[in-house]
Amino acid sequence: MSEITEVPSPFCGIGTDDLTIKVDGLKISVVKNGCAVNTPAFEQPITDTKARINGKEVELKEAISHAANLLKNTNYPVIGGCATDVNGMRGLLALADRTGAVIDNMNFNNARKNLLTLQDSGWMNTTLAEVKNRCDLLLIVGADLEGFAPRFFEKYLWNEAMFLENTSDRDIIYLGTKPSGNASTSPSGKTAQVFECSTENLPEVVTVLRALVKGQPIQAENVAGISIADLTAIAEKLKAAKYGVVTWAAGALNYSHAELTVQTISEMVKDVNQTTRCSGFPLGGKEGDQTANQVCGWTTGYAARVSFAKGYPEYDPFLFETNELLNNGEADALVWVNAFNTQANPPKTHLPTIVVARSGMTFEKEPDVFIPVGTPAIDHAGHAFRLDNVVAIRLKKLRDSGLPSTAEVLNAIEQVLREESVC
Amino acid sequence: MLIRLTGGKVYDPASGVDGKQQDIYIQNGKIIDKPVGDFQVDKEYDLKGKIVMSGAIDMHTHIGGGKGNIARTLLPEDHRQDPVASNDVCRSGCGHAMPSTFVTGYRYAEMGYTAGFEPALLPINARQAHMEMGDIPILDKGGYVMLGSDDYLLRMLTAKKDQKAINDYVAWTMQSAKAIGVKVVNPGGINAFKFNQRKLDLDEQNSHYGVTPREILRVLATAVKEIGVSHPLHVHGCNLGVPGNMDTTLDTIQGIGGLPMHLTHIQFHSYGTEGDFKFSSGVAKIAEAINKNKNITIDVGQILFGQTVTASGDSMRQHANHKFASPAKWVTMDIECDAGCGVVPFKYKDKNFVNALQWAIGLETFLLVDDPWRIFLTTDHPNGAPFTSYPHLIRLLMDRTFRNDVLSTIHPEAQKMTTLASIEREYTLQEIAIMTRAGAAKLIGLQNRGGLSAGNWADITVYTDDIDRQKMFEKPDYVFKDGEVVVIDGKVVHTKWGTTHIVKPDYDKSIEKDLKAYFDKYLTMKVDNFRMSDDEITEDGRGSLTVHDLKAVA
Repeated sequence: MSEITEVPSPFCGIGTDDLTIKVDGLKISVVKNGCAVNTPAFEQPITDTKARINGKEVELKEAISHAANLLKNTNYPVIGGCATDVNGMRGLLALADRTGAVIDNMNFNNARKNLLTLQDSGWMNTTLAEVKNRCDLLLIVGADLEGFAPRFFEKYLWNEAMFLENTSDRDIIYLGTKPSGNASTSPSGKTAQVFECSTENLPEVVTVLRALVKGQPIQAENVAGISIADLTAIAEKLKAAKYGVVTWAAGALNYSHAELTVQTISEMVKDVNQTTRCSGFPLGGKEGDQTANQVCGWTTGYAARVSFAKGYPEYDPFLFETNELLNNGEADALVWVNAFNTQANPPKTHLPTIVVARSGMTFEKEPDVFIPVGTPAIDHAGHAFRLDNVVAIRLKKLRDSGLPSTAEVLNAIEQVLREESVC
Repeated sequence: MLIRLTGGKVYDPASGVDGKQQDIYIQNGKIIDKPVGDFQVDKEYDLKGKIVMSGAIDMHTHIGGGKGNIARTLLPEDHRQDPVASNDVCRSGCGHAMPSTFVTGYRYAEMGYTAGFEPALLPINARQAHMEMGDIPILDKGGYVMLGSDDYLLRMLTAKKDQKAINDYVAWTMQSAKAIGVKVVNPGGINAFKFNQRKLDLDEQNSHYGVTPREILRVLATAVKEIGVSHPLHVHGCNLGVPGNMDTTLDTIQGIGGLPMHLTHIQFHSYGTEGDFKFSSGVAKIAEAINKNKNITIDVGQILFGQTVTASGDSMRQHANHKFASPAKWVTMDIECDAGCGVVPFKYKDKNFVNALQWAIGLETFLLVDDPWRIFLTTDHPNGAPFTSYPHLIRLLMDRTFRNDVLSTIHPEAQKMTTLASIEREYTLQEIAIMTRAGAAKLIGLQNRGGLSAGNWADITVYTDDIDRQKMFEKPDYVFKDGEVVVIDGKVVHTKWGTTHIVKPDYDKSIEKDLKAYFDKYLTMKVDNFRMSDDEITEDGRGSLTVHDLKAVA
């Protein structure tokens, strides 16, 4: 039995790295600094240790060669999920390059809302340590921050900061969604301001807020139930803050063309920066989302929805969606990769399916090949990107499970295909 | 296996060989002396009439790190103009302004380059930078770690910590980030931008810390010298792109008091305010100062016309320049109480007065600085132009007729504002070899690279002599990396993985106590998780580390 301290987590997106974890054989317990997101993710037991072909347990080597065989005879496979560490993504992209596959991160439809904004007009963003040390006003648009990351307030807002005398004085404003708990109440008792509206009304509300920041006259007296006076006060606070931060979770903006809301927020942040400092801070990046986009970014030039079918990477944030390709008859095989989350099952399909996933994933329909892999940060070392994009965390190996890594499995499949193409 | 390169005309400034016909022997990846007695040559390359140089080294190129990946993600439309398909040897990817990592390696190698150095390794982003460089095939690589706007250093300066404490922190950071040099970008300015300062002159105080860029430059240049790092402090100065910044640059040279200092992309820092458009060339004075001050080295950061993207740590200046973004989209980031970045796409136009004069200013710099050992050929890739434009740039330097032909096509007012037409100098092959090989290796402190004498690694480029120097330099006959042929007739035929060059300066371990307390209190990562370990570079079986000696410190 051993106890490991300062364990970094790839599960929560914010790169928490102060967990203390007890390892007893294969059993993992988070004994300090756990949360509703990280504790179950770390403690999930290993159930499968053997690969399977059509439900029958086989040696790893056999499963790999069966998977390679399936892929050899495909014209347009889709590699979905794409939830793994940096080396796993490297292997995944090499396999896609060899097979002419589409690769598509499972949360790309959310990331797309941010990426379309980035690729159309850009943004001014910041990272966690800047939020912690500088943020004197946090405006949370349409997100439940503590639901997203239960320890966000405790770790990054309600403790000491380099440039704020009393961090309890920070202004917290919720626009749209109200918080699910009271983590946003400061240690001295200062509560967040909450201006509720329905999520679908956020485009209107955010647009009016930006207009107010720019000093445009607004005739209406309220918008979606929020008074213009309240929105004006928020606009004034943004302009008065030394370092305001505006945060949103693309995944929570569940309506068509939410990228326009992200763009309005990002342009508003730029507007505020004409006179003072302000930054955007998109929430996301859990379970390898950011990692997928980063590694795909440097390997192909594009974020993680790319087709290699023509021999070179092509990016289309709409056309290459896994479910579309499976359902419209274009794809002829599915590879599903998820080393983090046993609940993130592959989409239903009648196509040949290879699943490379965390031990413990269960299936409504047994895939042709299932290869259980180790989880980065538990079964093997590796790297993952935090939500703020710039920071990669070094994942530790906590136990000896004998499970292969995603990279080992995907590289081995690619190797078989390479050797066959040479022969 | 013994390889002989027979009869080539060798340009090897590192050993003083200037266009002499001689044979080169290669064994186990390294160049060796001609074996004595009987020996069997296993493979011979007949290079009679060919030009032989060592592999070229780009000492300042943005090939790894967060801002480059932001630039990639920002510009799908640029990649679509230049898709790169996979083949039996190479991975697919994209090219043009900010190529994918694999294509970066292939295209550098296809121009005869065998090493590239990322000049802006943010301590907190070092992992990403090394992981990206880890996916660049063929090339050797390394990075200069960025300091000067990090709150830890500024707190030390405010607290009047002594030089020794700063040396320890610099050495610790170099080890932590796996660096071979130290860079400072807009000294203190990136930090000042976070406090809403929009400009920071050499003697202007950071509003929070009261520290000036001049002080930061002095303590960092001193630290680099005192801990024995070969590469002088790598300086991206104050006021990048601002008309009149030549005075800041001259003042920076004077102010460093004889300490070794490398001024990077000096083209962007050599502007006067004369003429109808209040924008003029300051090169005459800058070149004079460089020629006189032997402690100064520079690289140019030449701009070349066309679409590119600028990716810089200088969030303050990039924000100020966002209105020139073309296409009109841009990004800035404040980063982790450590640094920042700004990404602004640019289209340099020959018919735009300012761009045209920037082009001339870069070329004037190349031609008016006398000593090729103290000036380096860069476009500050991708900021002035993508690195793939180097052969064109070499032709501009080596061929006065060609240069003047291009000059006659740029904005007419810019033509009037430059002395370029009257400059007769044409670079020689030996001078090109100094700038891009021997000089670069010496400047960075690379041992056994950049030369062709025995003991060097066999990084070798073979060209066919051609008076069209662009044609010559864009398509080498052969490129050898560590003795293996990687390029034939300008195409990659084989790939391998280069090494990562670093130094490991010692530091007083007791500083880790204060660092731990600082990280625990203010940062979002534990200090032990922040530090990169060697195996992060080597564990995948492709990467390796090459640790270079430090200079003996007097």
